[in-house]
Amino acid sequence: MSETAARGRDVVIRVRGLRNQFGREVVHDNLDLDVYRGEVLGIVGGSGTGKSVLLRSILGLIRPVSGRIEVFGQDIARLDTEGMRAMECRWGVLFQDGALFSSLTVAQNIQAPLREHLRLAQPLMDDIARLKLSMVGLDQSAGDKYPAQLSGGMRKRAGLARALAMDPEILFLDEPTAGLDPIAAAAFDELIKQLRGAFSLTVVMVTHDLDSLHAICDRIAVLAERRVLVEGTMERMLGETHPWVHHYFHGPRARAARELAPPPAGAGSAQVAPN
Amino acid sequence: MQTALVTERDPGGALRLKAVGRWDIANAAKIDAELMAVHAAAGAAVRVDLSGLEWLDVAGAWLVHRTIKNLEAEGVLIELVGVSDAHAGLLRQVAENDKEPAPVAASDSGIAGFVIAVGAWTVRGLQQIGDFVAFEGLVVRTLVGAVLRPRQLRVTSLVYHMRAVGFDALPIVGLISFLIGVVLAYQGASQLRAFGATIFVVNLISLSVLRELGVLLTAIVVAGRSGSAFAAQIGSMKLREEIDAMRTLGIDPIEALVLPRTLALILTMPLLAFFSDAMGLLGGGIMSWLTLDITPQIFIQRLANTYIWHFLVGIIKAPVFGTIIGLIGCFEGLQVDGSAESVGQRTTRSVVEAIFLVIVVDAMFSIFFNVVHV
Repeated sequence: MSETAARGRDVVIRVRGLRNQFGREVVHDNLDLDVYRGEVLGIVGGSGTGKSVLLRSILGLIRPVSGRIEVFGQDIARLDTEGMRAMECRWGVLFQDGALFSSLTVAQNIQAPLREHLRLAQPLMDDIARLKLSMVGLDQSAGDKYPAQLSGGMRKRAGLARALAMDPEILFLDEPTAGLDPIAAAAFDELIKQLRGAFSLTVVMVTHDLDSLHAICDRIAVLAERRVLVEGTMERMLGETHPWVHHYFHGPRARAARELAPPPAGAGSAQVAPN
Repeated sequence: MQTALVTERDPGGALRLKAVGRWDIANAAKIDAELMAVHAAAGAAVRVDLSGLEWLDVAGAWLVHRTIKNLEAEGVLIELVGVSDAHAGLLRQVAENDKEPAPVAASDSGIAGFVIAVGAWTVRGLQQIGDFVAFEGLVVRTLVGAVLRPRQLRVTSLVYHMRAVGFDALPIVGLISFLIGVVLAYQGASQLRAFGATIFVVNLISLSVLRELGVLLTAIVVAGRSGSAFAAQIGSMKLREEIDAMRTLGIDPIEALVLPRTLALILTMPLLAFFSDAMGLLGGGIMSWLTLDITPQIFIQRLANTYIWHFLVGIIKAPVFGTIIGLIGCFEGLQVDGSAESVGQRTTRSVVEAIFLVIVVDAMFSIFFNVVHV
């Protein structure tokens, strides 16, 4: 989609003047970021540029030194417990290694947020867990297993099922394809794409996977020099002259990914019907 | 618009279900209950109308899908109307993912199940004992190797752990022993006063503190403090594959982790027991002075007459208890697998087993020393 078209759209996350600092080390300074409804935004950046810190700030897990973070128009820092609970029902998070509760089975993990926020009948919760398991491509038998019994890729899928349990509007993914083999990573990309289409999700993902960036991201934000250095479509990134950005998107790995990538998706990709 | 399920009857008598408002997960509980009530009322044909929907998510789509599926299974004719494209996609998605639940593994119940459970428990217990004995053998072998080649011994680690399990434990061991000395003197005095034999409180204190309580209390505190720490440290390392990493780097975990910890306990336990003895006697002495008017001079004089073996028996037991606590703590740590919960379980077990074994061995020592008359 073009930049101008994006401007007119509904902003679900708005970050303004964000500053994060640990001791003397400034991670973010005057960082601005917008996330539009229905898009898939990829956040990239070198190690230590604060990609995860940005994600955690938006989620309210870290309190920034200064700046304002609005999600659905509400200032995260000013939300009371009630407001935060309501907010938590509207987003889902997949942490890097799934972060499943190790003392619960996968099905119980998926039901954990339902149990916490709603009073559903047990059969209905079982049905929902079953659906979500199937949607993320896991076998039904995985539901009774404990996270320690699953492989890394399965743990990610199970984590995604839990993130989707509350039918969130925004999905945050922290390095979703890291540690997966190329086939599993491609399948995961496909899965995110499908789910985005089916649930009209907004997806914010931190990733280093150039294939993912090509395959599913509508827009990319590059973190460098303590702020969002450039943001825009893949084409814009490829035309960027900043040395790091250029190196990132034109390195040997980038070239291989670009050759394999499908032609860029149109603006209507949010409405893609599953299969 | 109010989220609801509106049920109407056509003039022809057919049931009409109208979904209205937001059918999402937040309203799922209410809608679920309403739908459950509909089933009984369904006739031969039902018309499901989704045109009033403002919002539908997976949970809502599931409820629609489930209702239609269940009614159809009962032979009810379903007519679905007013479905928008987006909702149709969602309904199709849900239908595709409606898979049979995994079959529940057949479990034996009743007497057979009980027998199987007892058998499995017994086998597991025996296996654990076997594993522990093998582990002890491994530690002894490594220890012998370290004695033969002292350069293998990790001195820095040993000294660090001696400080952590020994020196850092001084305040708590001292305080507990002091208080037990006080309690012994106080309780003993009130009993002995009845016989006019208050002076024997010194014998009571010296015998019980030196022979049993000093070392036993030390062992219990150390098991709670250090045995659990060993299990938790090594267990967390196991979880994060640090133990495997050590093996691949050619570092023997027994030599690097178990030996320094266990040796540190063996070396410091006698010192801690000695300190505990001293503090116990101090507490008893002060209490005797305050409540029984036994002056420090008299106390020390009578103490000097104490049979030296009372003291030695206590100190001899200390390194043995240290070995038990160290080995069990490290063993349980290495047994951790899988989850964070396993770390907790193993840590608890390390403390319970260590204290249990310490007391069993203490009883065996009592019999032994009784037989050899010391």
